[in-house]
Amino acid sequence: IMCASAKYNTRGPALIPRMKTKHRIYYITLFSIVLLGLIATGMFQFWPHSIESSNDWTVEKRSVHDVPVVKIPADSPIPERGDLSCRMHTCFDVYRCGFNPKNKIKVYIYSLKKYVDEYGTSVSNTISREYNELLTAISDSEFYTDDVNRACLFVPSIDVLNQNALRIKETAQALAQLSRWDRGTNHLLFNMLPGGPPDYNTALDVPRDRALLAGGGFSTWTYRQGYDVSIPVYSPLSGEVDLPERGPGPRRYFILSSQMALHPEYRLELEALQAENGESVLILDKCTNLSDGVPAVRKRCYKNQVFDYPQVLQESTFCVVLRGARLGQAVLSDVLQAGCVPVIIADSYILPFSEVLDWKRASVVIPEEKMPEMYSILQSIPQRQIEEMQRQARWFWEAYFRSMKAIALATLQIINDRIYPYAAISYEEWNDPPAVKWSSVSNPLFLPLIPPQSQGFTAIVLTYDRVESLFRVITEVSKVPSLSKLLVVWNNQNKNPPEDSLWPKIRVPLKVVRTAENKLSNRFFPYDEIETEAVLAIDDDIIMLTSDELQFGYEVWREFPDRLVGYPGRLHLWDHEMNKWKYESEWTNEVSMVLTGAAFYHKYFNYLYTYKMPGDIKNWVDAHMNCEDIAMNFLVANVTGKSVIKVTPRKKFKCPECTAIDGLSLDQTHMVERSECINKFASVFGTMPLKVVEHRADPVLYKDDFPEKLKSFPNIGSL
Amino acid sequence: MQTRKKYIFLTFLASWLLLFFFGGDQLRHFAFFSGRKAKARRSWPHWTDRSLLKNFADPEELQRDGDPSLLSPRERRAAWLSSYKSSRCRMETCFDFSRCEKHGFKVFTYPQERDQPVSESYGKILSSIERSRYHTANPEEACLFILSIDTLDRDHLSAQYVRDVDEKIRGFPLWNGGRNHLIFNLYSGTWPRYTGDLGFDIGQAILAKASFDTESFRPGFDISIPLFSKEHPQRGGERGWLYQDSVPPKKKYLLVFKGKRYLTGIGSGTRNALHHIHNGKDIISLTTCKHGKDWEKHKDTRCDKDNVDYEKFDYQELLHNSTFCIVPRGRRLGSFRFLEALQAACIPVLLSDGWELPFAEAIDWGKAAVVGSERLLLQIPSAVRCIHPERVLAFQQQTQFLWDAYFSSVDKIVHTTLEIIKDRLSPHRSRSRFLWNALPGGLLVLPDFSTHLGDFPFYYLQHGSSPSKKFTAFIRAVSQAESLSQSILRLIQAVSGSQYCAQILGLWSCEKPPPPSGKWPQTSVPLTIIQGRRKLSDRFFPFEAIQTDAVLSLDEHTSLSTSEVDFAFVVWLSFPERIVGFPTQSHFWDAEQGRWGYTSKWTNELSIVLTAAAFYHRYYHSLFTEYLPAGLRELVDGLAACEDILMNVLVAAVTKLPPIKVTQRKQHKEVVAQQVECGDGAAGSPPPGQRSPSAPHSAPAKAKGADSRRFSQRQDCLNQLADWFGYMPLVSSQLRLDPVLFKDQVSVLRKKYPRLEKP
Repeated sequence: IMCASAKYNTRGPALIPRMKTKHRIYYITLFSIVLLGLIATGMFQFWPHSIESSNDWTVEKRSVHDVPVVKIPADSPIPERGDLSCRMHTCFDVYRCGFNPKNKIKVYIYSLKKYVDEYGTSVSNTISREYNELLTAISDSEFYTDDVNRACLFVPSIDVLNQNALRIKETAQALAQLSRWDRGTNHLLFNMLPGGPPDYNTALDVPRDRALLAGGGFSTWTYRQGYDVSIPVYSPLSGEVDLPERGPGPRRYFILSSQMALHPEYRLELEALQAENGESVLILDKCTNLSDGVPAVRKRCYKNQVFDYPQVLQESTFCVVLRGARLGQAVLSDVLQAGCVPVIIADSYILPFSEVLDWKRASVVIPEEKMPEMYSILQSIPQRQIEEMQRQARWFWEAYFRSMKAIALATLQIINDRIYPYAAISYEEWNDPPAVKWSSVSNPLFLPLIPPQSQGFTAIVLTYDRVESLFRVITEVSKVPSLSKLLVVWNNQNKNPPEDSLWPKIRVPLKVVRTAENKLSNRFFPYDEIETEAVLAIDDDIIMLTSDELQFGYEVWREFPDRLVGYPGRLHLWDHEMNKWKYESEWTNEVSMVLTGAAFYHKYFNYLYTYKMPGDIKNWVDAHMNCEDIAMNFLVANVTGKSVIKVTPRKKFKCPECTAIDGLSLDQTHMVERSECINKFASVFGTMPLKVVEHRADPVLYKDDFPEKLKSFPNIGSL
Repeated sequence: MQTRKKYIFLTFLASWLLLFFFGGDQLRHFAFFSGRKAKARRSWPHWTDRSLLKNFADPEELQRDGDPSLLSPRERRAAWLSSYKSSRCRMETCFDFSRCEKHGFKVFTYPQERDQPVSESYGKILSSIERSRYHTANPEEACLFILSIDTLDRDHLSAQYVRDVDEKIRGFPLWNGGRNHLIFNLYSGTWPRYTGDLGFDIGQAILAKASFDTESFRPGFDISIPLFSKEHPQRGGERGWLYQDSVPPKKKYLLVFKGKRYLTGIGSGTRNALHHIHNGKDIISLTTCKHGKDWEKHKDTRCDKDNVDYEKFDYQELLHNSTFCIVPRGRRLGSFRFLEALQAACIPVLLSDGWELPFAEAIDWGKAAVVGSERLLLQIPSAVRCIHPERVLAFQQQTQFLWDAYFSSVDKIVHTTLEIIKDRLSPHRSRSRFLWNALPGGLLVLPDFSTHLGDFPFYYLQHGSSPSKKFTAFIRAVSQAESLSQSILRLIQAVSGSQYCAQILGLWSCEKPPPPSGKWPQTSVPLTIIQGRRKLSDRFFPFEAIQTDAVLSLDEHTSLSTSEVDFAFVVWLSFPERIVGFPTQSHFWDAEQGRWGYTSKWTNELSIVLTAAAFYHRYYHSLFTEYLPAGLRELVDGLAACEDILMNVLVAAVTKLPPIKVTQRKQHKEVVAQQVECGDGAAGSPPPGQRSPSAPHSAPAKAKGADSRRFSQRQDCLNQLADWFGYMPLVSSQLRLDPVLFKDQVSVLRKKYPRLEKP
C-alpha cells in the first residue's frame, strides 16, 4: 500500500505543470486530501491489527482463573486404559513428524481450559506451578509450534502431574474431548506421582489409551520400553535451596538415610547397619519436637540432634534412596543436587531417563534383599570411582533434574531421538559431565587397524617455483616402493608449471594441481586425487631422505595410522621467565612435533585441517605464511590425544626453519614467529594438546651388529 | 470544464476512499498474512498469577510419599513372586539369586543324551559353554542351567524340530519350573504367522532368542541374540572387512539391498516396497520373486523384470562396495544379513519394526546402525544421504568393533549372553554402558577387577587420565643355591635405582624356602618376597601386592641397566595397553608345514616380547588368570616355556596391536646353557635372553638337545594357542623405539640416555 501511494505521488509533478497555475493550488489541496485519506486509511487498516495483537498481549496477562470453562457431561466418552503393548511403531503416528532437515519434532500445546463436571465442580486444579513451568519451557523451546496442523506431538494442558490432585474418570473424559485426541495418538502426558492408596499403581491410573506417558516411578511391569519415558519426581527444593557444588572427596558420613517415611522393616535394616558400623552411618528421621514455624520438611533429626535438610546430604558420601509407597522419590533429586552418590534400593524401579542415562556411573543400585550387605558393597568401590560418581551425580542433577524445564526438554529430546535416530544425541553427550567432555579425547580413527601395505601412499609436494629441486624430489620419492601416486600442488599463480614432457618420467601417476591462491593451507586440502589413506607431505627441497627411510616411515605410519609420523622433530617448551610457550629446534631428547616438510599422516586430517580447524587458525596461517605444520601438529594431537612419532635419526636437513637464510637475525625472527604460533594456537585450542615423548622409531635391527644386507632398511641414518 | 474536472477528482477520491474502506478487509488480510511471519508465535501464556500457583504436590506430601506402611516390603516381594510369572518374569521374580552366591556364576549343561542328537549350531553353543571359565559339571554348584535338548529351531515344519519337549523337561529333576534356566532359540513359529511361540512352556526360564519382538521380550530378563548360520565359526571367527579408514568414507554405492520380495504374507509390506528406492545409480535395491514352491501363483507384473535385474548384481559385491545396507525384516524380524552387513562394515539400515536388537541391553546400536522405520522407507535415501561423513566413518569403525567383540563367533555370542546375565547378579559390580561400547569391549573387561575406568589400560584417553608414574618390579626367582645368585643381586640393584620404581616383588618359585630377609640386598624401595605355588602361570597371578598400574616383569637371569628400565618405562607410559620390552621374537606362517612357525632369530620383525624383561599393565595379570579358561592355563603349566607366549597372544588378542620393543644396551648373553631350574624340570623359565642370530643351531653342543626341545615346545605352544583362540592373534611390528638422540652424532653430554649406547 505504501508503495502504491508513493508511486502515485511521483507521477504528480508530471501532471501538474500542464494545468493552469490558479488550479494548481486546488489540485494540490485535492491531492493532499487524497494522500491524507490514503495514509489515514492505511493507518486505520493497520491499527486494528496492532490493537488486536496488544489484545493478545493483554490476554497473556490473564490469570489462570480466567480461562474458558468446559463442562464435561457425565456420559462423555472415556478413553481405553493404557495399552501395555504400545510401541512407537504400533501406537505412534510417525507420519505426522515428517522428514525435516533440522530433525526436530514439532510439539503443540493445547490452550488452558478449566474442566468442570455437570455440577460445576472442577475436575482438578487448573494447573500447578510445576506444570506451568514445564509448558512454558516447551513453548520457549525449539520443539514448539503453535500450528496444530504441523504438530507431531501434542501436550495437553490438563495437569496430571499428581494423580491425587485429580478425579480420574473426569480427567480421562477431559482428555478424550481434546480436539486432536484420536485415541491419544501422539499425545504426551507428564505424571510424577502415580497411583494412590492402597496399592499405589506405578503408572498413572487415568485411562489414556495410546498416549505416551512421561512418568516418575515406573516399574518394569508398567513401563513400555521405547515408548514411555521415565522421568524424575521433581523436588521443589531444587529451586528453593542453593547447594553449591562441593568438591569430590571423603565426607563426614559414609552412608546417610534422610527419608522420613520409611517402612519400619527398612528402618530396622538401616538401624542394624548403623549398629554394626557406628558413626559412619547416619539414619535420620523426622523431628518430633520442632518449635512452631520451622518447616518440618527442612529439618531432620537423629536422637536429639537437628540437621538442616537438604544441606545435611552434602555431609555424606552415599545417600540411601529407598522406595516408599511409590518407586519414584523426590529425595533422589535432593541427593543428586548435594553431590551425594545415591544408593537406590527399589526393586523393579525404572530409573529416570534410563533410556539414555548410564546410572551405573552415578549411582549404586542394590536389590532390596541385599540391604544387609550394603555397607560392604559400598566399601568395595574404589575411592577414585566414588569421586567420579559424586561429580556425575551432580551433573545429572544440573542437566536433567534441576528444573521442570530440564525435565521437559530431556523428555522431548528422548522422543525426538527415537523419531530421528540417525540424528540422535550420543551416549557421551548425554552422560559426560562438561569436565569430562573437555578432558577426554575421542579419537575419530579409533579402530586399531594396520592398513594393508598394498595400498601405498600419495606424496604431495607443495611447490612454488623451485622446479629443479622439485624434479629431484620427484625422482627421489618415486624410488620408494610403496608410493602409489604423486601430487604436485602448484602454488604459483603467475607462472605455469613446466610442460608435461619436461617432468621426470616416473612409474606412478603424477598429477599437478594448480591452486587459485598461494596459500599454505593448499598443502592440506583433501584433494579427490588422494586415493590412499596415507599422505606423505614433502617439501620441494627435501632431497636428502633415502628411499629406505621413506619406505620405513610409511611402515611406521601403518602401525600408527592415527598419528603424524615425520622426520625432523621439534619441541615446545614452557619458558618460565617469559611465562609462555617457546619453540625449540635444537638437538633435544624430546619431541612433541614433527615438521610436515616430510611427514606421513592420514588423509582424514586433511579434512579436519580444511574444514574443522578451530578458530581463525587457518586464516592466520595463510596470512602469515608460516606455522601450517605447527597447526597440523596441534590439530592431530588435540583430536587423538596422542603424540607424534619421529622416525629415524636426525639428519642434516636443509633447515626448513631457515628457508630464507640471509643471516642469523632472520633465522631468529623466524623462531620468534614460530613461538608466537604455539602461544596463539594454545590459546585458540584452550589447552596445550601437544604430547612430549622421548622416543623415536627405528627399524628393529637399526645399528645392531648384524649383516646390513639382511636388514630390511639398511640405508638409514646416513647424513 | 473545471467543474467536470472537479467532479472527476471528487469521484476519484470517493472511489479511493470506498476501495480502502470496503476492500480493506482483503487488504488487511494481505497485511495480516505478511505481518504474521514477523509476529511472535502464539506461545504459552505468561499467567499473571503464575507465582501464586500451587505446587503439584505439597512438599510434606512429597517427602512423606503416601503411606508406605501399608504393605511390608517382604510381603510385597513375596506377592510379586506369585503374580509376576511366565510372560511377566523379571530377574527379581523368576530367578533364584541365592543359587549364585556360594559358588559364583557357574553354568551347568545337562548331559547329552545319546538318542537325542543336537544340531550343529546347538552343539557349538554347548561346547562354547563347556569350554568357558564359568562351566561346572556339578549341578549343585550351578547358578545357571542349559538344556541338552536342542531348542534352536522351533519351527515344527523343520527337520530339526524336537518333539515333546514339554514332556522331556518335566522329567528333569533340575528343571524346577524353568528357574535359572537359559534357553537358546533361533527360529520360532512357522508359516504363515511366524509367532514367538516355542511349542513348549519355558516357564520361568530366561529366553535367549533371535528375532525377538519387543512385545514379548521381558526386559531385563530375556536376551535378544543375533541370528547366525550353522556355518558360523565356533571360535576365532573371520575378521571384519574394513581394512582401512577411507576418506571420504563413501563407497561405490550409497545404499543396497538384494533379497527376496515377499508377495504375500507377513513381512511382505516392507519387502514389497523396497524396489521403490532403487535408482540404478548409487542406490541399488533388487528383489526377486523367486522363493518357495508356488511363487508364480502370486507373481505380479514387476516380477519378471525384477528377477532379471536381480541376477545382474552379486550380493557379495554389493556388500563390499556399499556404505549402507538395508536390513529389512524377513518373515521373522532378524535376518542373516544383519551380521553379514556388520562384518562387511556396511552400515546396517534396519527396517524391522519392533525388533528387540541383539544384546540391546548392552550394545548402543545408535553408534553402529541406522534404526529406520518400516513406515518411512521412502525417507531412508535422504536420511542416509544427510549423515555426515565423520559420522559415517565412526559408524563403520563401530560395526567392526562390535562384530569382532560380540558376534564373529559362536563363542562370542554365547559369552556375551552369559556376561549380560552375570552383570545382572550384582548390579554394583557390572559393566557400565560405556564399557560395553568402547574398545576392547565388555567381554575383555572384568568388573571383578574394577569398575573404574582409570584402572584399565584401555581408557586413559577417553577418561582424560593417565597411568600412575611408578612401576612394580616383579622378579621371578628360581635360584636353587643357598645364597642368591649374582645376577639377581645385580638386577635388584639396577631396578631399584630407577626413579620410577615403587617396589620390588620377588616371586619365589622353588621348593626350598627363600633366603631370610637378611640375605636380600638393601634397597631404597620396599622389597617383598612372595612364595609362589610353583606353577608357570604364577608369574601372571594378580597378586594383591601389585599396586601400581605398571608391572616390570623380570627373570632372575635378566640383565638390565637402570637407564634401560627408565627409558622403557617412559615409553610404556605412551603405550599403556601394550607390552613394552627388550628381547623379542617373532612368528610366521610356515606354508610348507601348514602351521605357525616361531623364531628366536634376529629378524626384521617382532611379534612377541619376552616377559623376562617387559613392562605391561597389571590388569593383564587379572585377564590372564581370570579371563582365560582354566584349560588354557593348564596347557601352559604343562608345556613349560609357553606362558610368556600366551601372555603376548592374550594382549595382542585384546589390543589387535603388536608389542613394542625398546633399545637394549647390549645383546643378552646366551644363558640357556646355564639355565638353572629348581626342582623338577617343569618349572623352568624361558631363556631370558635373545639368542644369537643363528640360534638354536649355534648353541653349545651340550645344551643343544635341551635347547631344541625348548624350541619345538614353544612352536607347539604357539600352534596350540592359535587353535584355542581360533586364529593367530599375534601382530608383527617392524620398528623399535629408541631415545630421540640414540646414536646420533651429537655430544654424549646432551643425551639423556647415554648409557644405552655403550657397547
